[in-house]
Amino acid sequence: MKVGIPKELNPKELRVGATPKTVKRLKKQGFDVYIESEAGTSANYSDQEYIESGASILQSAEEIYQTADIILKVEAVTEAEIGMMHEDQVTLSYLFPAQNPELLEKLAAAKINAVAMDAIPRISRAQKMDVLSSMANIAGYRSVIEGANYFGRFLNGQITAAGKVDPAKILVIGAGVAGLAAIGTARSLGAIVRAFDTRMEVGEQIESMGAEFLSVEIEEDGSTASGYSKVMSPAFIEAEMALFKEQAKEVDIIITTAQIPGRQAPKLVLDYHVEAMKPGSVIVDLAASSGGNCVYTKNGEVYKTENGVTIVGQLDQLPAQASQLYGNNLCHLLDDMGKAEGFKIDMEDDVVSRAMVTHDGKINWPPEPLPVSPQKPKAQSEAVAVPAGPSEEELAKKRGTRMFITLAIIGVLLYLLGMVAPAEFMQHFTVFVLSVFIGWQVIWNVSHSLHTPLMAVTNAISGIIIIGGLLQTKDNLSDPMTILAFIAILVASINIVGGFVVTHRMLKMFRK
Amino acid sequence: MISSQIQLASYLFASILFILSLGGLSSQESAKRGVLYGIVGMAIAIISTVLGEGVEGQIYIVVAIAIASVIGLLLARKVEMTSMPQLVAILHSFVGLAAVLVGFGSYLDPKTHELAGTEHTIHLVEVFIGVFIGAITFTGSIIAWGKLEGKIRSKPLVYPGRHLVNIILLIICIVLAVMFAGAAGTSGMLYLYIMTAIASFIGVMLVMAIGGADMPVVVSMLNSYSGWAAAAAGFMLGNDLLIVTGALVGSSGAILSIIMCDAMNRSFISVIFGGFGAGPTGPAREVTGDVTAMDHEEVAGLIKDAKSVVIVPGYGMAVAKAQFPVYDMVQKLKKSGKEVRFGIHPVAGRLPGHMNVLLAEANVPYDIVMEMEEINDDLSETDIVLVIGANDIVNPGAEDDPNSPIYGMPVIQVWNAKDVIVMKRSMATGYAGVQNPLFFNENTNMLYGDAKASVDKINGFLQ
Repeated sequence: MKVGIPKELNPKELRVGATPKTVKRLKKQGFDVYIESEAGTSANYSDQEYIESGASILQSAEEIYQTADIILKVEAVTEAEIGMMHEDQVTLSYLFPAQNPELLEKLAAAKINAVAMDAIPRISRAQKMDVLSSMANIAGYRSVIEGANYFGRFLNGQITAAGKVDPAKILVIGAGVAGLAAIGTARSLGAIVRAFDTRMEVGEQIESMGAEFLSVEIEEDGSTASGYSKVMSPAFIEAEMALFKEQAKEVDIIITTAQIPGRQAPKLVLDYHVEAMKPGSVIVDLAASSGGNCVYTKNGEVYKTENGVTIVGQLDQLPAQASQLYGNNLCHLLDDMGKAEGFKIDMEDDVVSRAMVTHDGKINWPPEPLPVSPQKPKAQSEAVAVPAGPSEEELAKKRGTRMFITLAIIGVLLYLLGMVAPAEFMQHFTVFVLSVFIGWQVIWNVSHSLHTPLMAVTNAISGIIIIGGLLQTKDNLSDPMTILAFIAILVASINIVGGFVVTHRMLKMFRK
Repeated sequence: MISSQIQLASYLFASILFILSLGGLSSQESAKRGVLYGIVGMAIAIISTVLGEGVEGQIYIVVAIAIASVIGLLLARKVEMTSMPQLVAILHSFVGLAAVLVGFGSYLDPKTHELAGTEHTIHLVEVFIGVFIGAITFTGSIIAWGKLEGKIRSKPLVYPGRHLVNIILLIICIVLAVMFAGAAGTSGMLYLYIMTAIASFIGVMLVMAIGGADMPVVVSMLNSYSGWAAAAAGFMLGNDLLIVTGALVGSSGAILSIIMCDAMNRSFISVIFGGFGAGPTGPAREVTGDVTAMDHEEVAGLIKDAKSVVIVPGYGMAVAKAQFPVYDMVQKLKKSGKEVRFGIHPVAGRLPGHMNVLLAEANVPYDIVMEMEEINDDLSETDIVLVIGANDIVNPGAEDDPNSPIYGMPVIQVWNAKDVIVMKRSMATGYAGVQNPLFFNENTNMLYGDAKASVDKINGFLQ
């Protein structure tokens, strides 16, 4: 099987479908790798590095499309590129199938099996191929860095000889992968971070990252079976807007990450929010490409509003890093599809059947929904707690009765024993029972870590049975009793000496 | 010669010392003193017995003790810490053997037959019971030793109707006891022989029916039996010191067995009679998903990035003798400022507390070795957990899959940590034969290979 990586056509797309490291992985999976000359240049990977990792360099995109069975790309293929492709070729790239119905038709017409990496279902098994997550992670990190760049102040609070510096306050709207990554980055730079999300269940995640979870008074949960949030009621949105207004007055940087797949991004930061912000504040809009969460966002642009708020609608892609993660996602998918040798398109597979948007000349979109939930339903734990047992009091009473009965039985048995057993036996029996009680109390206190030494030392002291042998030895060695006693003393002494010595050896090893 | 009153006083003193000796094991600091108490107590007991009235053949006694001391010293000096379970098992068998011999001796003792009436009968019953327990302990311990040593295959040997056979054998023994108690003079010897043979057989079958990972329970159970055997000998000789010591050891072993059973969520009965008891009703939940494997370099990279590391060792570490390279790793990690701790499950290994001893042997300080309950709460704040040669004790199925055969067994909740590395020889199931959903978790990575070699390699990358 041959894998081809053409150069991205869009000059703004700095990423590439494979890095030298992922080329190595592809080779390991058994693929032959062909890459267009200078494909990795914008992501800082030279042709030489690719050659060293085992890829063959081809001069033109055309050659790539002719040679390869599988094409690895970042952006969706263009019409011109489809012209160069052949039937049954597999492509892996972003496609945004919901927004690009004509492209799907063209791909289907050309009988190209196209996988939309952005349509990988978000189930646990497919997390390692989920490009949305891996790219969102980068975007979240970068959003804080960009925000800090335009903000022009420290993020962390300091008390210096020259005076006190207050920490910056950052509001993150939407706590998906990007939002959580932004929270983590902002926290580690020392900012005070607040975060908002309509899904109540992510509150815990937000708090675990060290941010404050903001919520509105209205009880409505925005989570859906797909893991994305749903559209909220007007009352909720009103409360949300009021909350943002309050926050806008106070915070220095707002990072918005709310995106709904296949739809315009919701407008969350409105004109009056921006107006309420202090001059010098920054809004970083990660949804810029799908219309922006802020009404003033211009995709691909950074500019300042009249009241001095910088609105960032463009992020650096961190192309080297992003290509690496993206390339890993692709490798995992190819791994899942059977590597080079067993490569096959399994339309029964949950992941492949949903991401393969055109197959065999047919359009396979939209896929049937696959419900996933980021958290286990809470009902489960409640269900476990429901069958309440008898109350403490009842249990105590029951225990009391049982104890009474046990003691009564023991009493009767002892009485019966006393009737038949001779006095001497009763004395020994007393000693025996009391010793068991003492042993019981003493041993429960033994530290778990010393259980092996405990066994060794009880080994040693159970050698006390030597006394039996000692008392039975006679001067006459031919007496069978003496022979038995002699052997008994012998083995019991091995126990005593061996047990104590080995215990001592072990205890000597324990050190603080 | 000392009077019998003085002898009794010495016995009392020895008893006190023995109790203090066991009590000393409540902490590492007092444990060494505890051993000293035990030694002094034993010396007092032996000397006061030998100096007592009516003891003959001192020369033989000295010879026997001298030979035994040499053997005991050699054994204890040479034994490797990984073979502690075997040593403990073989020492149990000695106590059992001694109890049998003392029982026979007591029956042959002319003094026994000077008794009459109930006293005579009770004495004979004491002899009978003492020999019975001693024989079971003796053969059972030998089988346990063989299994631990690998000389006998550790798979449980079960045959249909074995419970019935055991019960019948027990009934035969009771009948023999009645006949033995009624026999005049030493004419009951034959019954005693037959019973000894039967008890030996029961001991063998009892341990043969028990599988590898239940060994901690068996060894502690035999520990308990050896105590009861000593106590029984005490009854037949009318010696309180033996009774006290036997009772102490007996209850000690019983408590250890209970702790081990609790740690496996098994009833004592079902362990002793082999098999998993009634077992689950439904089929175990199917485990789906992918297992991700890592190589040593990647693992070393993860460890380097972590701030807090918890190591969960299992029997696999003991088998591979990986405790030494593990300690090298601990030292390296500590030097670079990471927090390293160990999490020990009560049934990890083949002997209660076995892991602690192995780690102590490798010089791991005991204050970073935590018990399961201590470490479980901290795992959610742990960056990486290294599971070395353990399986069932880290199985999340025990907590959330009611159909799992090990459901309800307390386990170390390693899956709460950020990353989990499982070092294992292969994907084979653990002793319980249960698939472990942990391996399929997102944050779990497998590292295949021998534990020692793996840790050595990781150490290389940690340089």
